[in-house]
Amino acid sequence: MAHLSLKSVEKVYGNSFKAVHGIDLEVAEGEFMVLVGPSGCAKSTTLRMIAGLETISGGEIWIGDRLVNDLVPGKRGIAMVFQNYALYPHMKVHNNLSFGLKLKREPKEKIRNATAEVSGILEIGELLDRLPKQLSGGQAQRVALGRALIKQPEVFLFDEPLSNLDAKLRASMRVRITDLHKRLRDEGRPATVVYVTHDQVEAMTMGDRICVMKDGRIMQVADPATLYERPANAFVAGFIGMPEMNLVPVDLSWSESGKPLLELSGKGVAIDEGLARRIKKKSGKVQLGVRPQHIEVTTPNADNCFVATITNLEFMGHEINLHARSGDADFVAVISSERFDKSLQRGSKVGLKPVGSKVHLFDVDTGENISLASVDD
Amino acid sequence: MSISSQNTQDLTANTTEASLTERRRRRRERISVSLRYCLLIIFGLIMIYPLVWLIGASFKSNNEIFSSPWFWPKEPTTQGYVDGWKTSTPYTFGHFFLNSMKIAIPKVIGTAISSTLVAYGFARFEFPGKKVLFAILIATLLLPDVVTRIPQYLLFRELGWLDTYLPLFVPQWFAWEAFFVFMLVQFLRAIPREMEEASRVDGANSLQTLIFIVVPILAPALVSVCLFQFMWTMNDFLGPLIYISTVENYPVSLALKLSIDATEAFNWNQILAMTVLALTPSLVVFFMAQKSFIEGISTGGVKG
Repeated sequence: MAHLSLKSVEKVYGNSFKAVHGIDLEVAEGEFMVLVGPSGCAKSTTLRMIAGLETISGGEIWIGDRLVNDLVPGKRGIAMVFQNYALYPHMKVHNNLSFGLKLKREPKEKIRNATAEVSGILEIGELLDRLPKQLSGGQAQRVALGRALIKQPEVFLFDEPLSNLDAKLRASMRVRITDLHKRLRDEGRPATVVYVTHDQVEAMTMGDRICVMKDGRIMQVADPATLYERPANAFVAGFIGMPEMNLVPVDLSWSESGKPLLELSGKGVAIDEGLARRIKKKSGKVQLGVRPQHIEVTTPNADNCFVATITNLEFMGHEINLHARSGDADFVAVISSERFDKSLQRGSKVGLKPVGSKVHLFDVDTGENISLASVDD
Repeated sequence: MSISSQNTQDLTANTTEASLTERRRRRRERISVSLRYCLLIIFGLIMIYPLVWLIGASFKSNNEIFSSPWFWPKEPTTQGYVDGWKTSTPYTFGHFFLNSMKIAIPKVIGTAISSTLVAYGFARFEFPGKKVLFAILIATLLLPDVVTRIPQYLLFRELGWLDTYLPLFVPQWFAWEAFFVFMLVQFLRAIPREMEEASRVDGANSLQTLIFIVVPILAPALVSVCLFQFMWTMNDFLGPLIYISTVENYPVSLALKLSIDATEAFNWNQILAMTVLALTPSLVVFFMAQKSFIEGISTGGVKG
């Protein structure tokens, strides 16, 4: 196993379209790194450049202490799992698994042992004599995983491997892959993984660290909790978390007692709980970011709350998504079903009070989080 | 009350009318289907009758062939086959079949290999001038064969290849048939690239990927390429006519013509019998290939 590092890696296509803008990324040995972002953010392109399936227009890619820019995929010490499995349709499962080893002219005995071991780990022993077309989606994905595992590569690359599976299978495969990663780590042969997905649930549950990308640039690289609690910018804040974070333009000013005041449609709301110490920018237009889970729903005449009219109520079972409008701004708040006041309905007025310790403020132009000045929440 | 009974009557009338329309529609459909099938059967018979007649007539005596247009022989005889096989030359028809194979087999193999290589190149690699070269390739599809006959003849004469089989199959070793290249390129374009990428990640180089991954997936298309090339070669008359001059080297297509030239009164039953035999290799190959068409490897390894 080896660490992986990308240094100012660029991708420019023939039509001079720049897909990747000089990204830097370090993946430690044995680390599970997830690349996540909306479609078109070049996360797959980045992965394919690591694999060697796309040429690199600029920068360097290091796997361990080897510069791999000009190496063919087979010589990079990587294994890849594709979104559509990409099993060889004319080969039985055991041949699919051992194809790479056969090309390397490994001894037959070794190939047989490796096949047995991998099929044991992935529980595909009974499928070895089947053709790919005789496999279900989940089985095919396990075989594809086995084909990567058998090579004992330095870096595993996953390109949205679960997006072709149904929701239930996806959940179980997710657990299977993370378990496998932990197991290899415990066995003393940690696997360095780069996993591409557009699904934030996969990203949050699987990754040791997550790299959020947008338009060929890295927005933030951090562990899941940091991404959620301390997003570096409005994009990351909006991308991670369900329902999405509320992002509302407000005017920032200061009360006489030194508390930050957020003004929306003429009403100022004083925010307490240490926000003052976190803010870099001192006044003017900012973007308020607060997660639906961090809004208290109170009466409209309560102190320090935005007054809003309920536009929709979504009953989700254990909780309720409350959609409300205050002036031009839309808010979503999540309330647990037990604490929900049943008299509230569409058209009712409510007070929305952001939890000060969880409030983020973003620069309206750059989107940068200006409320990360010190850690005190 | 009277209104409601009126309504009921209307309803009944409507229902009857509806079922009547439905019945009419069905009858029309039945008539239309019967008509269509009758027409298809009639045209089908018209198309196949010459072949049926050919087979029937090959078992007739020489006199009977012209006395009855009906295909069934009154006094079936295999004399046509026996005499036809001997031919009027020192060689039997088997010799000519062998000659045909000496052209067809290298030609088919050469076509399959070279067309695959060229198609793989066009479908999967980026190289300077690719678009122009592909356009030229397609343009040659539209070029009539006859145009190149004379320059080719002169070329092969200079090489000293006249009266050998080389001019008949060597060009095919260089992906001479643009049609096959085009066909394989189209087929390759429909195959997802991930399997080839997977094999590159597995450590295969381009040639290994081609041999171990692409060719097996391409098999159904390759079978049709071989099939077409084999049938066209067996049917080719002009090529051998131009390049082959000694009877010893004649393929079947020329040998058939030979039996017409050799005698004043043509032994049509012999010619017909040998024609039937000449058809057999193509038919056998076709039916063998058809089986592998159906069993053709489906791209089950990729979802989507």
